[in-house]
Amino acid sequence: MAIANLRFQPRLATWPVYLAGLLPALWYVYQIFHGDLGADPVKTLEHAMGEWALRFLILGLAITPLRREFGISLLKYRRAVGLTAFLYVVLHLLVYLLLDQGLDWAAIWADIIKRPYITIGMAGFLLLLPLAGTSFNAAIRWIGGRNWNRLHKLVYPAVLAGAVHYVLLVKSWPLEPLVYLGIVLMLLGWRVWRRA
Amino acid sequence: MLLRHAPDLSEREVTPRDLYVNRRQILAGFGGLMIAGAGNVQAAVKSPFSTQETPTSLKDITSYNNFYEFGTDKSDPARNAGRLTVKPWKVKIDGMVGKPGDYDLDDILKGMTIEERIYRMRCVEGWSMVIPWNGFPLASLLTRVEPLSGAKYVAFETLVRPSEMPGQAGLFKILDWPYVEGLRLDEAMHPLTLLATGLYGENLPNQNGAPLRLVVPWKYGFKGIKSIVRISLTDKEPRTSWNIQAPQEYGFYSNVNPAVDHPRWSQATERRIGDTGGLFAKRRPTLPFNGYADQVAGLYTGMDLRKFY
Repeated sequence: MAIANLRFQPRLATWPVYLAGLLPALWYVYQIFHGDLGADPVKTLEHAMGEWALRFLILGLAITPLRREFGISLLKYRRAVGLTAFLYVVLHLLVYLLLDQGLDWAAIWADIIKRPYITIGMAGFLLLLPLAGTSFNAAIRWIGGRNWNRLHKLVYPAVLAGAVHYVLLVKSWPLEPLVYLGIVLMLLGWRVWRRA
Repeated sequence: MLLRHAPDLSEREVTPRDLYVNRRQILAGFGGLMIAGAGNVQAAVKSPFSTQETPTSLKDITSYNNFYEFGTDKSDPARNAGRLTVKPWKVKIDGMVGKPGDYDLDDILKGMTIEERIYRMRCVEGWSMVIPWNGFPLASLLTRVEPLSGAKYVAFETLVRPSEMPGQAGLFKILDWPYVEGLRLDEAMHPLTLLATGLYGENLPNQNGAPLRLVVPWKYGFKGIKSIVRISLTDKEPRTSWNIQAPQEYGFYSNVNPAVDHPRWSQATERRIGDTGGLFAKRRPTLPFNGYADQVAGLYTGMDLRKFY
């Protein structure tokens, strides 16, 4: 249903959303060359990219509830938000693979199989791959709107994986990861509640 | 106990600190701050226990801290610790000692020789620094207060002062305050074990645990309890904050050990803060006992370090 509506939306440009989505990444690129990423710049980048990925994923999850509950329709921008989120997931993963682990595949593989937070994070990334790979109009036509919608429900476990990944990696129980997890659970809970 | 010096000891790296301090004084003089600057400088004698590795920058050492009393982000302590009152400062020394009492820090420092000890510091989170501490061996203080023969452990406690420590003030308790730590008495008496009063030749910045903190270079950084207000000798293994918080993750000993992973992350390697290469600096292999095995491995002969992590 959501997809069918797309073509009746007013023709609003989506490029400003893509551009805005790039701003955090550009700001960090600038910080690499001119600024100060703190004592542990690799961790700063890794955490920043991960957090921005979560923020955009949450924004994507918020679009339907915003429309249904408050009549604010951002549907037109959902793809831009989703792809931007995926960009930050990829950047987060690249920082981990290239800068944090220095492409030490043995250590990376050990992380993936031994550390639940890495396993869960990696699972979330894999779940997002088919979604990013079908985020163009032709893909929707090929697999059909209904199947496409069904496939894109994978975003729910993916976002949950992202939020849990964050909670599991910190020491003790600092507030921030719990706030993200809380928001994700609310947005997913809303969907369960709507269907009930 | 036979004590061997670290193989990488050299006086080579020690000189730059003097240059550093001099430069600072000159700069301070230019700023019209000569008196304040000079008042901060701690005279310290060099120590054969110092590493020759390049010290981490003062900026990194003082802006990247885990000191949850001031917040959980590593930038929080530098931001929030400024209002902590560190003078006057009293340390209660009690338990199984011949001379218990509430000691004024100034009295404790009387007669102590302040040494410079350049130590590696390995955080349990997988990063490390090289820190030029100033301080005196914990053994010097313990000897002075005369441990009773039954004493087997030393327990430490950090200040609780929510009015000046915002991390203790919130509804959401990140740890059970006060922060507590402990050592076995032989660990506490080991000559490497330091009570630090300064770094880089100056009084300890508040965010680094002013005015008095523990430094145990072969253990993970969280064993180095900050802003100490109480030292108790006991015959029972003391409770320690991170062990209370997550017993399966943080043991009483917490010796740096690349072979025993944290349940959630590997301890095999570490990132050296400020390493050459910047973003592309490679992680370094973590050394058993943080490179102090020659001096301290003997303390744990016959112990299964997987069990006593």
